[in-house]
Amino acid sequence: MVKYIGKRLVYMFLTMFLIATATFFLMQTLPGSPIASYNKLNETQRAIVEKKYGIDKPKPVQYAIYMKNLAKGDLGTSFVFKGKSVNDLLATRVKPSFILGAQAMVFGTLIGILLGMLAALKQNTIWDYGSTFFAILGVSIPSFVFASLLQYWVASQWHLLPVGLWNDGWKSSILPSIALAMGPLALSARFIRTEMIEVLSSDYITLAKAKGANGFEIAFKHAFRNALIPLVTVLGPVAAGIVTGSLVVEQIFAIPGIGEQFVSSIMTNDFATIMGTTLFFSALLIFIIFIVDLLYGIIDPRIRLSGGKG
Amino acid sequence: MGKILQVKDLELSFHTFAGEVKAIRGVSFDLNKGETLAIVGESGSGKSVTTKSIMRLLPESSSEFKSGEILFNGNDLTKLSDRQMQKIRGKEISMIFQDPMTSLNPTMTIGKQVMEPILKHQKISKAKAKEVGMDLLRMVGIPNPEARFKMYPHQFSGGQRQRIVIAIALACNPKILIADEPTTALDVTIQAQILELMKDIQNKVDTSIIFITHDLGVVANVADRVAVMYGGRIVEVGTVDEIFYNPQHPYTWGLLSSMPSMDLAEEKLYAIPGTPPDLLNPPVGDAFALRSEYALQIDMEQAPPMFKVSDTHYAATWLLHPNAPHVDPPKTIIERMKTFRGSRYYEQATGGDA
Repeated sequence: MVKYIGKRLVYMFLTMFLIATATFFLMQTLPGSPIASYNKLNETQRAIVEKKYGIDKPKPVQYAIYMKNLAKGDLGTSFVFKGKSVNDLLATRVKPSFILGAQAMVFGTLIGILLGMLAALKQNTIWDYGSTFFAILGVSIPSFVFASLLQYWVASQWHLLPVGLWNDGWKSSILPSIALAMGPLALSARFIRTEMIEVLSSDYITLAKAKGANGFEIAFKHAFRNALIPLVTVLGPVAAGIVTGSLVVEQIFAIPGIGEQFVSSIMTNDFATIMGTTLFFSALLIFIIFIVDLLYGIIDPRIRLSGGKG
Repeated sequence: MGKILQVKDLELSFHTFAGEVKAIRGVSFDLNKGETLAIVGESGSGKSVTTKSIMRLLPESSSEFKSGEILFNGNDLTKLSDRQMQKIRGKEISMIFQDPMTSLNPTMTIGKQVMEPILKHQKISKAKAKEVGMDLLRMVGIPNPEARFKMYPHQFSGGQRQRIVIAIALACNPKILIADEPTTALDVTIQAQILELMKDIQNKVDTSIIFITHDLGVVANVADRVAVMYGGRIVEVGTVDEIFYNPQHPYTWGLLSSMPSMDLAEEKLYAIPGTPPDLLNPPVGDAFALRSEYALQIDMEQAPPMFKVSDTHYAATWLLHPNAPHVDPPKTIIERMKTFRGSRYYEQATGGDA
């Protein structure tokens, strides 16, 4: 197990290195530069600014300097927010994003699992059709449409919750979390339904019935854990979906989170911040996928053992 | 010898998109205390469905009892509620399934699976249940149960898994054990071990066994009595000797002739021609008539009743009717009958008693 985790950590590190390199060079191909908007600057002033931010040097040198700082954990200085380090900039914005993401993930998968179980146990009844309908809605309607609908009805028409911003405590997080949760909810509902139906027709469920187990024991003691296995494998992509969803949803609700920061940094060509947020999102995703793989082993004993040997 | 289970005129249908499939069309049999009854027949003859309906394990949404009753302990099992059935399953009647590779829950430890019926049906502590569970594993020949209790099914071989399934089935000392082709998915040496184990167990715990198989070799090995099923009906029932050495139904003749034999140097193994009947539109008369070279005109028009051959031996074929023409069974069957006292071919001297 220790060997397996060690191996995974090396791979995770390599992946981060590749992502940093690729993002760095891809960003150079972006049209414009951070100081393109400073059009009042004359040649000398421009040279001074470029020197200050280190973008006068050749690209490979810039890359070497960036990677050196990155190794120390320094993400550089923002071009837009004068003199502010990207680390500080992100630190103030992690909390809202984290709360939204975690709530969406937990709420989405839990409700999704419940809906999926209900659909599978009451197969071909109104419950099944209802939950399937709901799941299809969740998959096919993009999160920004949901976000706008929620904003319009719940916030501005019924005045139940704040329209946006992050100044009303937990209340501010409810609508954006729901908008973000729709994707994971729909996906897990579909996965659990399909898998539960499959599991419920398997031989070991018949054996459990033959032992005298009742409906509840069959669904939760025997079938549930087995139906959960394939869902765990898609939790990684689901987390990725929440991250990308947060870019849009945070923008719509004007949440001062990392996603909102990412979008605005792209608008202003703030190279250091783009790099910083990209690396932050990548690290987060790689970490989640790692956790999911560990989780997979915990739920499925067959994986645990082969993972331990490998 | 008391009767522990009586199945009377059982009829069961499945509702499918294509229509009503009459899977069981009037099956009657008794199970005596302590005996092993083998039910044999080809795929689709209704043998598995019959036993699953005793346990009420068929999907309630698509299957329907049309008529008949299954009497156990004075109760008609077809009429019991789900809750009442749950008290019988695993406690009074338990079951062993065909494929040990898929019949254990892959994400639950063996110990939990063995203890489940014990904790469910008996009011004892977990520690005591664990002891009972380990004794069971020891009895079915799983060595070192203390260590193996915490393991998962994938850490066991197919034969070991079937032993575990048997241990689960025996957990509450059931009155009836239904074994649905328990050796079909195992290789021959393991088959022999499992059969040995089952015979052994029947001697130790006094239980009646219904043994479903399509392997007549296995039947000769384990059974006291045999019921031959065809097209959703029992066509012949008798003791092992009666079925093997004095068979009366043409289908039983076919089954026995298609068994490879050591002493007869035949070049090609006999196979019954044709395919099993379509139970969506079951044939009017004897379901086997269309595949039988011994079929009479009446076989096409009217289903034969059970004719008595002896007190323990009955067969549903018009050939046993007093007015039926004399028909000689296949040569290999006559050879068998020659050795059976009471058969009409016995030493060529004694006449038929049918």
